Amino acid sequence: MTIALDEFARRIRLAALDLCHCKRTSHIGGALSVADILAVLYGDVMRIAPDLASDPVRDRLFYSKGHACVALYAALDIRGFFPAGGLREGFIADGSRFTSHVSHRLPGIELSTGSLGHALGVACGSALAGKRRSLSYSVFTVLGDGELDEGSNWEAILFAAHNRLDNLIAIVDYNKLQSFGTVEAVTGLEPLAGKFRAFNWSVIELDGHDLSAIKSALSVAKARRQGRPHCIIAHTVKGKGVSFMEGQLAWHYKSPSDADLHAARVELGQL
Amino acid sequence: MRNTFINTLCELAAARDDIFLLCGDLGYSVLEIFADRFPDRFLNVGIAEQNMTQVAVGLAREGYNVFTYSIGNFSTLRAMEQIRYDVCYHEASVKVLAVGAGYAYGPQGVSHHATEDIAMLRVIPNMTVCAPADPVEARAAAHFMASYRGPGYVRINKIGEELIHDPATSLDFAPGRLLPVQAGNDVAILATGAIVAHALLEVRAAGNSWSVFSVPFVGGYDPAQLREIAQAHDLLVTLEEHQLNGGFGSSIVEALSDMYAVGNLSSMPRVRRIAIPNCFIGTAGSQDYLRASAGLTLASLRP
Ligand SMILES: Cc1ncc(C[n+]2csc(CCOP(=O)(O)OP(=O)(O)O)c2C)c(N)n1
Ligand SMILES: [Mg+2]
Repeated sequence: MTIALDEFARRIRLAALDLCHCKRTSHIGGALSVADILAVLYGDVMRIAPDLASDPVRDRLFYSKGHACVALYAALDIRGFFPAGGLREGFIADGSRFTSHVSHRLPGIELSTGSLGHALGVACGSALAGKRRSLSYSVFTVLGDGELDEGSNWEAILFAAHNRLDNLIAIVDYNKLQSFGTVEAVTGLEPLAGKFRAFNWSVIELDGHDLSAIKSALSVAKARRQGRPHCIIAHTVKGKGVSFMEGQLAWHYKSPSDADLHAARVELGQL
Repeated sequence: MRNTFINTLCELAAARDDIFLLCGDLGYSVLEIFADRFPDRFLNVGIAEQNMTQVAVGLAREGYNVFTYSIGNFSTLRAMEQIRYDVCYHEASVKVLAVGAGYAYGPQGVSHHATEDIAMLRVIPNMTVCAPADPVEARAAAHFMASYRGPGYVRINKIGEELIHDPATSLDFAPGRLLPVQAGNDVAILATGAIVAHALLEVRAAGNSWSVFSVPFVGGYDPAQLREIAQAHDLLVTLEEHQLNGGFGSSIVEALSDMYAVGNLSSMPRVRRIAIPNCFIGTAGSQDYLRASAGLTLASLRP
């Protein structure tokens, strides 16, 4: 993979915007907030490739924010998992596998999600199998902040630490917004790092749009197997990269108009 | 029908101060009207449907009639044991609302397809299952659930449903009743939920003089009415946007068979069940596309 991470992230954002625009779908805000995290995972840190899809030691990503599918689909597309043009043509089309929540029936996707609070527990099982079989792979999961309301996540957080799953790396896309309000107003999470630490996780807090910080934190976490699961709390901005979408709840729902897409492309330097 | 239900609930909440609405972090551009008007009787409990259901039971114990609002599987299947044990066993006045019946959220994928909920909820003792077909029935459902004490479930399609009833008529809207939408002979179509409108269109387009009934409450049918319908037609056809196993059609067959077994029905009618053939449809597609893929049409009945 030779493409620079900032270019990778930019291409994820542009593709995500294009898909939400041309198919009139929602959830662009959460796709833009997670774009840098996915660029680092798919552009650098994860050992994955289309021809490794069933390699037992490929790294795994269990993507819990299934609604922010356009970002993951774009990352996989850039890495060549889908036939050229297939994503744009197939996305949410009648009969296509590109549903608007991520689908395990597509290459490169480990788990269908879309119902929140499922991926971390499954990631725990995958990490446990890696331990029992002494396989070297790492298990990543990307969670929303609002999603941390779900009790299932906290069962998994207890489980992972108790079972010393140090091959598990959970990344929280802490963009401060959920569906129907700010995280702070709906169910505040603070002190979030303190909660994970109290549950015996190793925690790194960082700027989720600082590519080199994400890269070094993920690389360190991947290498450090000292009995604790890893949590990366990535402070992000919902809608990041498109000024009029940043921090706006409405962009959990709206799809970009022609004019919105144009303005976004200008901001992202495509036009 | 989603907005009709919530707007009606708002009207009712103005008159009845026991109505409380909880949501699982959903309802943008739908619930504001309730939240703004009755802030003391509204709470977004976050993306935590199991806890939402339990909090509802606690509120109900203190005298509220509590409505829990989320998308299809999240307010229902995600909280099944809370619904069974905390709500139904305790006969709590909790009304589970699910938006996105069947394939209403079509392209969003299997996570959002509510296709097993009728079977799972109707089997729980004390639960009253209601699947309105159009905005007129949704309005009636809100009225019914606002005054009904005890557990209820309302399965709401989403938006844009066609009217099958004249809003001016007063419906015989109560558990056990089958609502005639079109009187006819030979074949009686019994359907539940928003797909009733679809059946009606098909019957009319084919020029058939078949009867069509909307069945908004699943289970507990009035035996006299069911017997009358069975005896007046050669074939009964059930139609639902739900899995075949254990769904609405099953409930009709069970009721008829039970009546026949004890001599309350002189002969067992032919019943054809049209439902999703017990499978997941993992491809994207509009609601119409997915309904057609699942074979939810009357086409197979034509000679
Ligand atoms: C179990 C469940 N409940 C509710 C929803 C509806 N829903 C979809 S996205 C969303 C908000 C997610 O917020 P967050 O986790 O913060 O994601 P992000 O901000 O990254 O989009 C909700 C409530 C769902 N998909 N699953
Ligand atoms: Mg968020």
